[in-house]
Amino acid sequence: MSQTMFDKIWNQHVIAGEPGEPQLMYVDLQLLHEVTSPQAFEGLRENHRQVRRPERNFATMDHNVPTVDIFNIKDAISRKQIETLQKNAEEFGVRLAGMGSEDQGIVHVIGPQLGLTQPGMIIVCGDSHTATHGAFGSIAFGIGTSEVEHVLATQTIWQTKPKTMGIHVHGKLPHGVFAKDIIMGIIAREGVAFGTGYAVEFYGDTIERMSMEERMTLCNMAIEGGAKMGSVQPDQTTFDYVKGRKYAPKKFDEAVAYWKQFYTDDVSAFDDTIDFDVSELAPFVSWGTNPGMAVPVDQPFPAIKNDDDKKAYQYVGLKPGEKAAEIPIGFAFFGSCTNGRLSDLKVAAKAIKGHHIAKGVTALVVPGSRAIKERAEELGLDKIFKEAGCEWREPGCSACLGMNPDKVPAGVHCASTSNRNFEGRQGAGSRTHLASPAMVAAAAIYGHFIDIRKEAI
Amino acid sequence: MQAITTITDTTVPIMKENIDTDQLIPKQFLKNILKTGYARDLFYDWRYLPGGKPNPDFILNDADRQDATILITGDNFGCGSSREHAVWALKDYGFKVVIAGGYSDIFYMNSTKNGLLAIILPEDQRKYLASIPADEKITVDLPNQEVRAEDKTFSFDIDPLWKHKFVNGLDDIAITMSYEDKIEQFEQGMAKF
Ligand code: SF4
Repeated sequence: MSQTMFDKIWNQHVIAGEPGEPQLMYVDLQLLHEVTSPQAFEGLRENHRQVRRPERNFATMDHNVPTVDIFNIKDAISRKQIETLQKNAEEFGVRLAGMGSEDQGIVHVIGPQLGLTQPGMIIVCGDSHTATHGAFGSIAFGIGTSEVEHVLATQTIWQTKPKTMGIHVHGKLPHGVFAKDIIMGIIAREGVAFGTGYAVEFYGDTIERMSMEERMTLCNMAIEGGAKMGSVQPDQTTFDYVKGRKYAPKKFDEAVAYWKQFYTDDVSAFDDTIDFDVSELAPFVSWGTNPGMAVPVDQPFPAIKNDDDKKAYQYVGLKPGEKAAEIPIGFAFFGSCTNGRLSDLKVAAKAIKGHHIAKGVTALVVPGSRAIKERAEELGLDKIFKEAGCEWREPGCSACLGMNPDKVPAGVHCASTSNRNFEGRQGAGSRTHLASPAMVAAAAIYGHFIDIRKEAI
Repeated sequence: MQAITTITDTTVPIMKENIDTDQLIPKQFLKNILKTGYARDLFYDWRYLPGGKPNPDFILNDADRQDATILITGDNFGCGSSREHAVWALKDYGFKVVIAGGYSDIFYMNSTKNGLLAIILPEDQRKYLASIPADEKITVDLPNQEVRAEDKTFSFDIDPLWKHKFVNGLDDIAITMSYEDKIEQFEQGMAKF
C-alpha cells in the first residue's frame, strides 16, 4: 500500500501502541520558550524528575522580550518569565539562546536557522506555530505545557495518528503574489477548520520551486486552517538549506541518504486532497477577526452571513462591500515567525526603498532573530527602513501578539505580516489585517492597501 | 490528577462557534509561572466592560449561573494558540466538563492532560442541553459514556485510554515511564549522524 511521507516518519517513531489509538512516539527535538515552559519545569521539580535528554531540547526567549533596550524589562512578570527560563535551563542542563545571545530569536525562526530542524524528525514546541518546521519534511506540531513537561521527562509523547491531507498547489505565482497569499487563499476558500484532525502536506510544482523560507511561511499558517501539522517533502532545496548550519549533522551525506526515504509514494496515499491553482491568485488581505475572513485585494468584503461575521465587522469597524483600499492604516508590522525572515525583510525593503511611510503611520520592522538582524544590517536594509520612517528593532515576537511592550493601539488598523487577526491579538482593541510583506510595505507607504499587481509602488 | 466519574451539576450555554483561546483567556493574562490563578480572567473580554465592571449581558455573569460546572458550547472550541492557560482558566473557574461540537486538536489534548472532560455531541443535542433552565442539573456519566437530562439520554464517544486516565486520575508521565525499557531500546536503534 502506498504511504505518505507523514506515514513513513510516523512509523519510524512509534515506540508502543497500536494504530488508531494513542501511540507513544519518540521526540527528536523539543524547542522551548519562556511562556509555555515555566509550569513544565515546575512540574518536574515538584515530582523530583530530570530532563531525560537535555541535548534534544533547546530553549530561547521571544514572546515577551522587548525590542528596544532589551536588558531593561519593565514588566515584572515578563522579567520573571525570562529569569525563570534562565534558571530552569541552567538547573536542568538545557541549551539556551538567552537575551542578547547571537542565536536568540523567535523559536520557529532559530530552529531552522541553527540547523536544529531537520527532515524526518518529530519536533514539538509549546506553541501552535510549530507547524513551521514541517517545511523541512518533518512532523512538527504545537503542544501544551503538560506535554512539554512530559517530553522533558520522557523525550516521548502520546499521539493518535491524524488523517493525512495532500494540498496540491500548482501553477506559476503571478507577480506581486507570494507564499503568504497562497496559504491565506487556501484558508479563505476552505475555512479555519478544514484541517482539523489532519496532517497536511503541500506538494506540486509551485511548492517544488519555492525556497525554504517560502515553504516555512506556508507551513507556519497550516494551524490557521485547523491543521496541527503542515509539511513539504524534503528535496535538494531542503538539504542545501540545512548543510553547514551550526547543528547540522556532521556526517551530512549519510544524513541526506536517510532523509531521502521520506517522500509520499503517490497521491492515493492521502486520506483527502485539495487542489489549489495559484496562476490567477491575487494578493490577500484579511478584513475580519480570523484568518479565514480574508479577500483578494481587489474584491469587496463579503455580506454578513452569521453572528460571527456581524461581530467581526463591529470589532474592526468596517462594512460589507468595502475594499481593502478603504482601510485606513495607522500601523504596519513587519516581523513574526510567518514573515520575519531575511527574504521577507528584503522584499519589504525593496518595496519601501526611496519612499517614506504615510503620515500618521507607525511602522515596526522586527527581524525574526539576531542573526537575521545582523545580516540585514550588513546588507543595509536597516538604513532603507529607517530612511523611510520605520523603526528598526531588536528580534522577538514583538507586535505579533500584545505580550510585550509592542502593541497596536485600540481602534487602529494594522497592516501586518503576522499570522493571526484575532480580537485583541496585537493589543486590546487592535484591528489586524494580515497580508504579505510586499503588501504591508505598500500599505505603510500609501496609508491604505493597494493592488501591488497593478499599481507600481 | 483528580479522578472524574459522574458529575451532576448545572450548566451554562455559550453557543458560539470557533471560540478561540484568545477569547478564553486574552494573552495579557498568560504571564504567570503557575498553573492556577486564572479564574478571574476566563472570557475576560466578554465578561467585563471596559473599565472592569461585569458585563450584565454576558451569561457567565448571570446570578443563577454562578455555580455551573458544565459548559455547553459551539463547534471548533478552543481553536487558536496551543497555550494550556485556556484549559487552566476553565478549570480554575470551576468548569469540570465542556460539551462542544468539536475541539481544536491541541485544546482537546490539553484538556485530557488536565482533567477537563471535553465531550462532543451533535448540534441538536447541544441545543437541547442549552435550553435547559439555569437551576436544572444534568448528569455526565463517564463510565457509561452518557449525558442525561430530565427524560433524555445522549451517549458520547471517548478514547478508551483517555477514559481510563480520567476515571482513575492517572499522571501521564508515570504511565509513560513504565515503558522506559522500550524507550531506551528505541534510542539505541536510532540513526545517528
Ligand atoms: S511570532 Fe507570533 S506566532 Fe510566531 S511564535 Fe511569536 S507570537 Fe507566536
